[in-house]
Amino acid sequence: MIAIIDYKAGNLRSVELAVRKLGFACRVTHSREEISESERIIFPGVGAAGKAMADLKHLGLDNVLTKEFKAQKPILGICLGAQIILESSEENSAQCLGLIQGAVKLFPQPLVSEENERLKIPHMGWNGVYLREEHPVFKGIAAADEFYFVHAYYPLPASDNHVIGTTDYGIEFPSVIGYENLIAMQFHPEKSGPAGLRILENFCTWDGRYVE
Amino acid sequence: MLSKRIIPCLDVRDGKTTKGIKFKENVDIGDPVEMARFYYEEGADEIVFYDITASSDRRDIMIDVVRRVAEEIFIPFSVGGGIRTIEDMRQVLLAGAEKVSVNTAAIEDPKIIAEGAKAFGSQCIVLGMDVKKVEVSEKIPSGYEMVIHGGRTYMGIDAIAWAKEAEDLGAGEICLNSIDADGTQQGYEMTLTPLISENVNIPVIASGGAGDIDHIYDVLTEGKADAALVASIVHYGTYTIKQIKDELDARGVKVRMWW
Repeated sequence: MIAIIDYKAGNLRSVELAVRKLGFACRVTHSREEISESERIIFPGVGAAGKAMADLKHLGLDNVLTKEFKAQKPILGICLGAQIILESSEENSAQCLGLIQGAVKLFPQPLVSEENERLKIPHMGWNGVYLREEHPVFKGIAAADEFYFVHAYYPLPASDNHVIGTTDYGIEFPSVIGYENLIAMQFHPEKSGPAGLRILENFCTWDGRYVE
Repeated sequence: MLSKRIIPCLDVRDGKTTKGIKFKENVDIGDPVEMARFYYEEGADEIVFYDITASSDRRDIMIDVVRRVAEEIFIPFSVGGGIRTIEDMRQVLLAGAEKVSVNTAAIEDPKIIAEGAKAFGSQCIVLGMDVKKVEVSEKIPSGYEMVIHGGRTYMGIDAIAWAKEAEDLGAGEICLNSIDADGTQQGYEMTLTPLISENVNIPVIASGGAGDIDHIYDVLTEGKADAALVASIVHYGTYTIKQIKDELDARGVKVRMWW
């Protein structure tokens, strides 16, 4: 059973439908027991970091996530779920979970492309990921594959070793981060067509082992 | 680098797709779920559904369409048409749409943008704008006026001022439809589109007028649009999404190619 953590941070139906389409059993839940009993955890989220952290704490899920991470359970962070695993966020000056050292940053303004075009914020639409490391969850993903992003903030781990992939949007920012049994991505695999489904499928069969 | 998006638009009435030519003489051309899956597999970057069902007590038909589409396609899709309240937005989003678009309701009461953005996040809220070219006046300094009812009612609001106001209120994206260009297949509105795009910091989807790939190329380059809405040009099989993208790619426009 895969637990999709429901902490009122956005609509989880598309994540659930994608996992089911791939043939895996999943449950959208905020029950600490169900999360602890699950084999793996998907930690999604859309919205603001401050409110998300407050809701997580209110439901007592901050401690559960930390505990399950230490217990080596595979965890997939998506979008806001790839941000609030860091120590803090510039959004609402929020203190976050701290599963990865580092902070969440707002895109600098003005932001321009190499061709000197003004870039809009949020970063919304399809963009590529440059994988620095091979990772089991990105097995079968081609260099030309693109993914659906929508965000104004991005995760910046303190250690380069925790950056698995980067994306170019005026700056090169970490779009895939993680270590050990934690993998997190700024884009939405559940909204990224066949390539995104491939990533979800890989995660659903991943044993949580990753050697840098 | 971010790709330019190609977005098929499906008009849906009573659960069936239609394609309107200048909002008149609509003809049924199929099942929205089947068409959405077809475009998804063809490489569409997103899909827009526009519900033109006349009667509001038949909204449940559209919600059912949204629910079934969400089970079939794994790219973002938005639903517009007849969204008048926060509760309408909630139903569409919970059924699995990524975004909702508001048009008439937002002009009549701009608060719905702010309330929607607060409840669901700006990324969910698309402002649909129907615009017509008019004489430049003190009230309409850009010469482009907001209209509703398919262009029959002029609102006395300047298009650029409205786009900026909606952005301030929390709209996450603009879908800019030129009533003059819509259904003509003579090209997108090339004066207004860059004006709006330069005046806001949120993405702009150009809508209305695509007849060939040159038009799409023009609006995504000179026209400064972030995405192009396509309807007749793909519904009637003039081009496939793949042909459009292959051609744009050959001309140096960054588009998502996953095949």
